[in-house]
Amino acid sequence: MRDVALAGALATEARDARARRTRRWMRRYWLAALGSVIVLAWILVAIVSPYVVPYPPEALDVTKRLLPPSSEHWLGTDLLGRDVFSRLLVGAQVSLFAGFTVALVGAAIGTLIGGVAAYTGGKVEELMMRATDLVLCFPPIILAMAIAAALGIGVTNTLIAMLIVWWPKFARLARSLVIVQRSQEYVEAAVTIGYGPGRILFRHIVPNSMGPLIVLVTLDVGQAILTFSGLSFLGLGVIPPTPEWGAMVSEGRELIQQWWVATFPGLAILTVVMGFNFLGDGVRDWLDPKSRTR
Amino acid sequence: MTSSPPLLDIRNLRTHFDTDEGVVRAVDGVSFEIAAGEALGIVGESGSGKSVTALSIMRLLEEPARIEGGSIVFRGRNIVTLSEDDVRRLRGGDVAMIFQDPMTSLNPVLRIARQLVEALLAHGRFTPKSARERAVRLLGRMGIPSPERAIDAFPHEFSGGMRQRVMLAMGFGNEPSLLIADEPTTALDVTIQAQILDLLRELNADFGAAILLISHDLGVIANVCNRVVVMYAGEVVEEGPTRDLLTNPRHPYTWALINAVPRLDRHVDGQKRLTTIEGAPPDPLHHPPGCRFAPRCPYRIAKCEEHPELLRVGEGRRARCWVTQAGRELPGRTEPQPAAKVHARAATVRDLAEKPILEVEGLVKHFPVRKETLFERRRFVHAVDGVDLAVEHGETVGLVGESGCGKSTVARLITRIHEPTAGAIRFEGRDIAKASRRQIRPLRRRMQMIFQDPYASLNPRMTVGEILAEPLRFHGITDGQAATRERIRELLALVGLSPRAADSYPHEFSGGQRQRIGTARALAVEPALIVADEPISSLDVNIQAQIINLFVDLQERFDLAFLFIAHDLAVVRHISERIVVLYLGKVMEVASSTELFEEPLHPYTVSLISAVPIPEVDVERARDRIRLAGEPPSATDPPSGCRFRTRCPIARKVCAEVVPPLAEHRPGHWAACHFAGELVPRSRLT
Repeated sequence: MRDVALAGALATEARDARARRTRRWMRRYWLAALGSVIVLAWILVAIVSPYVVPYPPEALDVTKRLLPPSSEHWLGTDLLGRDVFSRLLVGAQVSLFAGFTVALVGAAIGTLIGGVAAYTGGKVEELMMRATDLVLCFPPIILAMAIAAALGIGVTNTLIAMLIVWWPKFARLARSLVIVQRSQEYVEAAVTIGYGPGRILFRHIVPNSMGPLIVLVTLDVGQAILTFSGLSFLGLGVIPPTPEWGAMVSEGRELIQQWWVATFPGLAILTVVMGFNFLGDGVRDWLDPKSRTR
Repeated sequence: MTSSPPLLDIRNLRTHFDTDEGVVRAVDGVSFEIAAGEALGIVGESGSGKSVTALSIMRLLEEPARIEGGSIVFRGRNIVTLSEDDVRRLRGGDVAMIFQDPMTSLNPVLRIARQLVEALLAHGRFTPKSARERAVRLLGRMGIPSPERAIDAFPHEFSGGMRQRVMLAMGFGNEPSLLIADEPTTALDVTIQAQILDLLRELNADFGAAILLISHDLGVIANVCNRVVVMYAGEVVEEGPTRDLLTNPRHPYTWALINAVPRLDRHVDGQKRLTTIEGAPPDPLHHPPGCRFAPRCPYRIAKCEEHPELLRVGEGRRARCWVTQAGRELPGRTEPQPAAKVHARAATVRDLAEKPILEVEGLVKHFPVRKETLFERRRFVHAVDGVDLAVEHGETVGLVGESGCGKSTVARLITRIHEPTAGAIRFEGRDIAKASRRQIRPLRRRMQMIFQDPYASLNPRMTVGEILAEPLRFHGITDGQAATRERIRELLALVGLSPRAADSYPHEFSGGQRQRIGTARALAVEPALIVADEPISSLDVNIQAQIINLFVDLQERFDLAFLFIAHDLAVVRHISERIVVLYLGKVMEVASSTELFEEPLHPYTVSLISAVPIPEVDVERARDRIRLAGEPPSATDPPSGCRFRTRCPIARKVCAEVVPPLAEHRPGHWAACHFAGELVPRSRLT
């Protein structure tokens, strides 16, 4: 009988402990959870939207220009009578694609340059890092604009322009991370085993430097989406009539009366960037050993 | 002894930390008192709660720590219940504290003057003008040369020892009646430590301030303190006058602490194993219900299932132990017996026949210093500047010296982590000083390294099994998965770890266990020589003893040669057959371990030995000390002639002009000094 009571008490205690841990986890990560829900929702939208939107996003209907939101057109119509809701959902494709491409490819290029520079040192490092500084000297948006304008309008050209201004911050971060890891004793231990520089770099140093890079990439997807929308707003991103949020805001910017044309794509940009920021902050907290007490 | 009320009276202090896993009772019912002008020491391993006790006295605790109960009465006022304003007035006023790391306790962007004057003005006892005058006087009193000039310097212009003097000046600025010093000399070299300890003792005598000195080093406590409190797992386990407590401990934990440390003055050749206790301190989340030391205690009895109280066990002494409370005595220090099988091995026969396994000649390493301006002359740090040494097969050679003397660089040159600027490194007869990576690779199987920092030397993203498999696979030592796994099991067993360790990650182990894993990695390739770079300096004394014993076992089993690098002279003497003393990148003296400590020839060796504190009050205070003035000069611009001359008590004109050669003064005893053997301590160590 006593044993049963004791077992019951222990079970209650274990349950309480689990509940306490869950509460603490929620307090620490609820924003990150919210961020990942937003991000996942937008990714889902980007994948399924072409099949489910009520109207084809590029279908013109001049008889229905600038209609306010109604049961027929949930978010109204734009200057050419296109359904804003449909364009908004399909627009997620371009934005997310641009965001992920720029952040991931930029990170890969930057990390490679920074990592190799830090590990080789000497003249090579000097040369690579001065090239990095050179790119960082220019205001990124202006430089990207200039390059995109020179290459011509279009998604690919805009992405290339963005990548050119994007990699240096990753190069700098990767270099400092590799320099920190390079002087760690476990790297010296790998030298005494007989490993060569390539194996040490990829087997020991890179895995231990990934944390901060992952954080920066996550935070950066939002940044890249914002920049891409900015370039589209300025008329450099997508070729009309492809739906894109920045371009949609641009089209609606003089229509004060028809507020829905610019507001909803603006809100879309806001939510997706915020989603990535919350997620990035969460990842940073999660990877930071100081915020996790063992 | 206290007719008047004590200066500080701590009763049943409990300080807890709230963590994800539960409540950590870091300080769990601690009581002690300090009389005015007394010097009290607190000793214990890391995690015993000694620092948290000090922080509780200063109310410097931050979330998630909180004082759960008890009282800290200082001059009749309970600090626990004081308002934040009152506590602030107390801090740096009547109670001052200095910390372990003098590098981070001063603000790097403010001049010394500003920081000192600010501390003096904060308590409203001085006008700005008088405060500055007082600051200069204080710096002078703390032994800082030309204080008028030094006061306008920035902290980075000062060395660690100098900064600790500045911290002391700040601490004593408002004439506190209590100074709390938390491991004040742990980050300093032994000669600098000796200077700071002298200063602490003088300040205690001259200013009449009581001192609460926290240290893990019993020698430091013996030097400064009259009374000691020993802490274990958040409790006081023993308390008593330093002299009695160190010679006749009444708690088995104190007994173990004293016995785990090799003594510089009690050495018997051939006795290499140290007395250790099993296991590790209890998990602070779940203290055992009975005596907290019982699971590790060699003298435990049935009654130890109950929790003992801290009771009187003799004149002025208290202990938390059923055994000694019942009047029984703990055995005296296990006096080392001259072992029947002296470890000299069949040395004479073989060593004469064979060449040394490692011979280093004229080893030089200069690191370039980053130029600050474009047209500056390129300058170099002369980290290692012409070092000769040899290690015989199966021999342990100790390499000692203060920080910055180049000992770690020597280790990294021999293992060819760095490439030497000049010189020869003959390993098993082949010169590897300039060999390419490919040429060295087969030799890596014969020579391995054990590193200083057990936290940094294991890749945190690999399991222990993967870490140990790396050298096995790379050198093709084992054939196939099963053989590798079997060999990993063997290696883990060899260093005293369970085979299950292979699936865990390094962070799941304690410092001592990680050092065992690092040792297993070095052993994986069955080397003939192991270069160990300060392998025990970051471990607690009992764990140090366990690792030393492990090294001794392995050496006997596999006939390993060790190049053992350390700054702790007692440890080096304990395990080495021969010792090389390094100063500013040059060899000062080479001799057999016994001869070096009994008949040192070089004035640097003599002063180094005399600076090591010995954990026995009468011995420690009666010693005739040679105090080295000042600090080691910079290795970028080393002194001309003899490098040691700027600090040498017997330097003469010739020392600045002629570099003294490393000459053989007695058979096998080399020293680089023009006046070798002239500086002799009046009282010998042994």
